[in-house]
Amino acid sequence: MVEIALPANSRVTKGKHFPAPAGAKNVKTFKIYRYDPDTGDNPRLDTFEIDMDDCGPMVLDALIKIKSEVDTTLTFRRSCREGICGSCSMNIGGTNTLACTCAVEDVAGKDVAVYPLPHMNVVKDLVVDLTHFWAQYESIKPWLRAESPKPTKERTQSVDDREKLDGLYECILCACCSTACPSYWWNGDKYLGPAVLLQAYRWIADTRDESTGERLDDLEDPFRLYRCHTIMNCTDTCPKGLNPAKAIAEIKQLMVERTL
Amino acid sequence: MSLSTPIARVRGLGAAREGVEHFKWVRITAIGNVALALWFVWSMVSLSGADHAALTAWLGGTVNATLMVLLVVSTFAHAKMGCQVIIEDYVHHIGMKVASLTVLNLAVYAFATAAVVAILKVALSG
Repeated sequence: MVEIALPANSRVTKGKHFPAPAGAKNVKTFKIYRYDPDTGDNPRLDTFEIDMDDCGPMVLDALIKIKSEVDTTLTFRRSCREGICGSCSMNIGGTNTLACTCAVEDVAGKDVAVYPLPHMNVVKDLVVDLTHFWAQYESIKPWLRAESPKPTKERTQSVDDREKLDGLYECILCACCSTACPSYWWNGDKYLGPAVLLQAYRWIADTRDESTGERLDDLEDPFRLYRCHTIMNCTDTCPKGLNPAKAIAEIKQLMVERTL
Repeated sequence: MSLSTPIARVRGLGAAREGVEHFKWVRITAIGNVALALWFVWSMVSLSGADHAALTAWLGGTVNATLMVLLVVSTFAHAKMGCQVIIEDYVHHIGMKVASLTVLNLAVYAFATAAVVAILKVALSG
């Protein structure tokens, strides 16, 4: 059945408090989820008071400052710090987003609450296990599949056809959308989720690809595709401003179209 | 704990190759329900204050009886498909899921049949 309450060892307890440095005037409080599987302790919520006059404007800046100067054990993923790698996806102020493109001043609420992506197994602190998510991505064969003889140069595409990939190719697979989706929470073992379905549509919509029918065959399943109930959390939360719900609707439309 | 690879777990038993008919019929019956419900409400309003004889005479009309049967069938079909989705969403124990879906199907067919029989009984009695 669906999980209503957290297991006893998952309940978040009150954590440590790290006060602001003396003399700090522009103080912002960060409440950050901490979990270390090696200790066997329950997760806790640590409080860090940060002097924003001595910190960059983004949530990732604050996390890096905390790791560098306050608590070196704080664990999180990050790489590009400009919203293109998708590594620093986490739940900030109740919304899944990228810590690097999320300004501290834009976070809802008095304090900045930082949690890992929802309903995922936590490896440590803000790092979640994305093994299954990546396997789902691999399952849709995210590469161009064509049987026509290889051209001497590139496979060509008209300008109009290329435009069909706009709003799709920009996806950085940060998993913000999939982990914001209740259907993915309850049935993520079989439901592919918005990120992977948007990627699937990215190849279905690519006019150079010759496997559209097979791609649709592989998606035609009550769970893989049709667990999407158009809840739209995916589109609301996408830090790149994309619309996975629309991509899923396009797939559903093609499924109908090929029966007519 | 399974030692199968992540991709093997994702591929599982493969795509069921169904779902599109369910998707289509949920929408077809939804459109039908809107039209039939409007007709039904309009009919009941225009029959307000009518006695039993007037109502049975109304249901005895071929068009009215046909639309009533369609309303009942479409509503039960739509409800069945909706409840099926809820069960699939939230009931994960396979035995419980099969039992729930079986009870749902039997109940829907039984109630829908009873409703159709009741309509026909009144419609054909005149």
